[in-house]
Amino acid sequence: MSFLKISSPAAARRLFLERSGAVLSGAAVALLAGREALAAKSGDSKAGDARILNTALAAELEAVAAYQVGAESNLLQKPALDLALQFQGHHKAHADLLEKTIRKLGGKPASAKAKYSFPVETLKNQLDVLRFAAGLEQGAVSAYLGAVPLFATRDLSKAAASILGDEAMHWAVLRQVIGENPVPAAFVS
Amino acid sequence: MIEAVALAAALAAGDPLRGKEIYARCLACHALAYDRVGPRHCGLLGRRAGSVPGFAYSSAMKKSGIVWSKKTLDRFLADPTHTVPGTAMTYAGVADAQERADLIAFLAAADQSKDCSARH
Repeated sequence: MSFLKISSPAAARRLFLERSGAVLSGAAVALLAGREALAAKSGDSKAGDARILNTALAAELEAVAAYQVGAESNLLQKPALDLALQFQGHHKAHADLLEKTIRKLGGKPASAKAKYSFPVETLKNQLDVLRFAAGLEQGAVSAYLGAVPLFATRDLSKAAASILGDEAMHWAVLRQVIGENPVPAAFVS
Repeated sequence: MIEAVALAAALAAGDPLRGKEIYARCLACHALAYDRVGPRHCGLLGRRAGSVPGFAYSSAMKKSGIVWSKKTLDRFLADPTHTVPGTAMTYAGVADAQERADLIAFLAAADQSKDCSARH
């Protein structure tokens, strides 16, 4: 069943959480383990960490929207469509966890924009859509890599690294699908 | 001495082709021609920080007083959160000076490209 075919957002969310429990648990465990550490941090540290998470949340919400555009473009055929929806689900899970953590830190989570800008005029076929998605995932890997050393709370670095790993897998799979070397280097930057 | 001069020249020039590869790191949040999580990069050099109309900047960036030049970009990209405390660009930075020079060279070249021409 496609997430796009579920009429109720609540039902979609339930289904998604049921199906992605294993994925969600890795990052969630990191945060739950850090609950006391979060509470112990100073106000400035919490505010700084919440700011980092909010930037990540905004990017995750945009990624969810980007995959939605791809899914609704009629340019993706199965199994690429299923892959895109699965990855979109992961980004929803990341966003959900980031939102909860920002609230835990006393911050105000970013909301999804009413409208996003995407270069839809350049997306003419499935390869274009998947290549665009791969670029976003590559950027996401770099963004999380750049965020990991900034957290005052190390458990948040761990959670961010967990998300980074997931998005690196998205990037590798998308590269494989579009015919590029899935793992082009020993390091990401 | 000669090596130092050559290195300084390379840093000053930057390589836009290498910079394009480095720009892939920015694509989680930025695009050249349109605003995303971060503001568009077309027209960046010479622009006052926090001044793209309609983009929701952090108050820290709006108040930074920075005008983007090769020099100010180099400093910011090296360590964004310490250069502008409170910036929403919560990214550790590009530590390598040559990579920053290449990235800035790409941004300067991209501003002359067709991707950006419609924005001028």
